[in-house]
Amino acid sequence: MGRRLALIFKAKANKVLDKHEDPRETLDYSYEKQLELLTKVRRGVADVATSRKRIEIQMQQLQGSADKLQAQAQQAVGAGRDDLAREALTRRAAVNQQLADLQTQHAQLQAEEEKLTNASQRLQAKVDAFRTRKETIKATYTAAEAQTKIGEAMSGISEEMGDVGMAMQRAEDKTQQMQARASAVDELIASGALDDASTPLGGRDDIQRELDSIGAGNDVELELAKLKGELPAGQQTQALPGGNQTQEATPQPAAEENKK
Amino acid sequence: MIVRILGEGQRTIDEGALNGLNDLDNALVAAVDADDEAQFNEALTALLDRVRQLGSALPDDEIVPSDLVLPSSDASLAEVRELLGDEGLIPG
Repeated sequence: MGRRLALIFKAKANKVLDKHEDPRETLDYSYEKQLELLTKVRRGVADVATSRKRIEIQMQQLQGSADKLQAQAQQAVGAGRDDLAREALTRRAAVNQQLADLQTQHAQLQAEEEKLTNASQRLQAKVDAFRTRKETIKATYTAAEAQTKIGEAMSGISEEMGDVGMAMQRAEDKTQQMQARASAVDELIASGALDDASTPLGGRDDIQRELDSIGAGNDVELELAKLKGELPAGQQTQALPGGNQTQEATPQPAAEENKK
Repeated sequence: MIVRILGEGQRTIDEGALNGLNDLDNALVAAVDADDEAQFNEALTALLDRVRQLGSALPDDEIVPSDLVLPSSDASLAEVRELLGDEGLIPG
């Protein structure tokens, strides 16, 4: 099979060779193609890096969500609301699942990025070497000798270009999968299904609303108790048999505060 | 002898040393024939590790065609099956 693959590369090289009558033109033509490929590979590396960074931002967002849901679960347990705590923990599990998936894909993408970076460096070195060799061949050109030298240089560089081309295709496929995935996660976050912690201030989620209302409920009870404490002595004993004399000491500021 | 591992670049290997790789190559062919993914991954990893161990990397600025081209370490069983001839990856 090794032979067969090598043959494929050689056939491609020969096709390029046949294009021009003067082999020297072939060298120039190939060099142009190499520079084009080099540009593409560099762009490919940049694309993969962009994709990777996007995933990293999403992972941070999801981690933020998971932390927030954990805190909410604790708060709910503290308030005796196991139902809310359960809901928060369920959502946190979903967020963690997403996070684990992203982590796996992030690692894959990172591996592709590394490979493509290496491929790009290798190709750069080969392209530079090819330019030197091309000029040497052209300077000492005799048709018969040049054919074999050019043939070898062309096969060698075509093989490298074929390999780099495949690496780039792979990285592109991975990046596209990643981007589709990233869009899906973005949509999920936007829909509120994952309870994104980065929701702008004021845009609170339902668990938080419930937890806030527990706090508000407590305030109402306190206020009620204070109001009762302010009642004239006769009615007070009627309403609150035990009486709450200490509340009367600071009726005004407390009432002010509760109005907020 | 020049061997390329796809995605990794080329290595020079002693022709004699190459013969020692045939056992690993046979194991790979057997795994592909048996359609055994786990065995395939193991065999491919073993083969590539050996090639990396035995061969020394060709300088980046050297331009020569390879005598052998091996699949990348993350190639799938299906991909390799498509490329595999009767001889295995390493002829002889």
